[in-house]
Amino acid sequence: MQYEVIIAGFGGQGVMLIGQLLANAAMLQGSKTVWMPSYGPEMRGGTANCTVVVSDEDIGSPVVPRPGAAIVMNLPSMDKFEPLVVPGGLLVVNASLVARKAERTDLDVVYVECNRLAEEQVKSPRSANMIALGAYIGKTGAATPEIVKYAMAKKMVGKERFLEANKAALDLGIRLAQGEAG
Amino acid sequence: MGEKILMKGSEAIAEAAVRAGCKLFFGYPITPQNEVPEYMSKRLFEVGGQFVQAESEVAASNMCYGAAAVGHRVMTSSSSPGVTLKQEGLSYCAGSELPVVVVNVMRGGPGLGGIQPAQSDYFQATRPGHGDFRYIVIAPATIQEAVDLMMDAFDLADRYRNPVMVLADGLIGQMMEPVVFREDPPKEYDKSWACTGCAGREKNIVNSLYLDPKDLEDHNFHLFRKYDEVEKNEIRVEEYLMEDAEVALAAYGTTARICKTAIGLLRAQGFKVGLVRPITLWPFPYRTFRKVADRVRFVLDVEMSMGQMIQDVRLGVVERCPVHFYGRVGGMVPAPVEIVQQVQRLLAE
Repeated sequence: MQYEVIIAGFGGQGVMLIGQLLANAAMLQGSKTVWMPSYGPEMRGGTANCTVVVSDEDIGSPVVPRPGAAIVMNLPSMDKFEPLVVPGGLLVVNASLVARKAERTDLDVVYVECNRLAEEQVKSPRSANMIALGAYIGKTGAATPEIVKYAMAKKMVGKERFLEANKAALDLGIRLAQGEAG
Repeated sequence: MGEKILMKGSEAIAEAAVRAGCKLFFGYPITPQNEVPEYMSKRLFEVGGQFVQAESEVAASNMCYGAAAVGHRVMTSSSSPGVTLKQEGLSYCAGSELPVVVVNVMRGGPGLGGIQPAQSDYFQATRPGHGDFRYIVIAPATIQEAVDLMMDAFDLADRYRNPVMVLADGLIGQMMEPVVFREDPPKEYDKSWACTGCAGREKNIVNSLYLDPKDLEDHNFHLFRKYDEVEKNEIRVEEYLMEDAEVALAAYGTTARICKTAIGLLRAQGFKVGLVRPITLWPFPYRTFRKVADRVRFVLDVEMSMGQMIQDVRLGVVERCPVHFYGRVGGMVPAPVEIVQQVQRLLAE
């Protein structure tokens, strides 16, 4: 089994961070994994994306032109990556910043108002990325919630005060994705 | 073995160097390898080493000369245009038989080019600067291999008293994969030739200047006897699914792993395709290609360049079978499906 996801948004939304968390969780659960960033003249407020591959077997190409899933945190990312997801793949859309619906009808699309929910329900506006990651793992099972939370705790040494909010945000994303699935 | 950790290629390369006993780093910033000096600037301080951001690449390579001449494990790192500048000092290192490890995280060229991944420095790695000399050139395809080869690089440099180049590309530099570091302590090498202060002994001279042509010729002969030994002992190559292969792909570094994905797709369609992946680019595994050429319909050489390694592939194949080429350049990375299409097209011809 191989999972591929492109995670895209504005610089500063934490798309690289949730990609690294997913890759770390994959490693900790014994999977093979690669995290590959877009790099270039990116800056805060510009666009940024990363690709994460999780697999049972050695990973060949780290570049995935047609990923199984995309998490799009803003409209430019939706415009760029919606066309690339494989037919039957998954699109997690941050509906707080993407006003439109998906144009494709051959995708499993999950709309989550990440920014609004982070602010109103988690009371931690910057945890919007964790809600999106929760929605992705809730849908795919690429990594278990427990391992992602463990990876989170290891990653956030010295920032423990944010840990509970981020865990809550992850759980909220998982619940929303699984609710929509039913 | 240590704990498995997720690391970015550039940082893993730097950590591997520290664990290999490298305490001195001299460099000058350039994308896409800035995480190497960034990491070293913090890490070397912790192990009692020294990090210097030089005023230029030329200066950095000459600082390496100095550090190696006094017997220390030393490295520098750069990316394509920066490596060109370092060639001067590194030729001096080769002439003076100094062990220096150089990391080249290649980006698109020529000129200032771009900052995205490329493999267009095969020539400047395997046919280096002025004078008759060689680098030992090793090319990792994964972050784990980058770590392992980086640690080997220091041993090779010390064993043969010669510069070793670790040739990576922007993807190896920037992506993250799980790595485990070997725990064996750095090996010790005889460095009685080093300039460590000559109180109580004959003085050592580290120099690449030989004004008498006879002496310089002898020195060149000496260097090439050493290179013969390297060619005899140090060739490394991976043959992937070659047992039953009717087509051989030839690729190194990141491109080789993209080829592996393409091979999976091709084999699912019934095409028997394998890969020959040189791990040492010099010394080059000519014999492997010679052996493979008798068994396959053709070789398809795939590179992120306009075709540089293909010259060595052809020298190995010696017209025993056709050698074709597919390349992407300028920072464009070939997709597995492009390689699949090339193989299908060539098989249909």
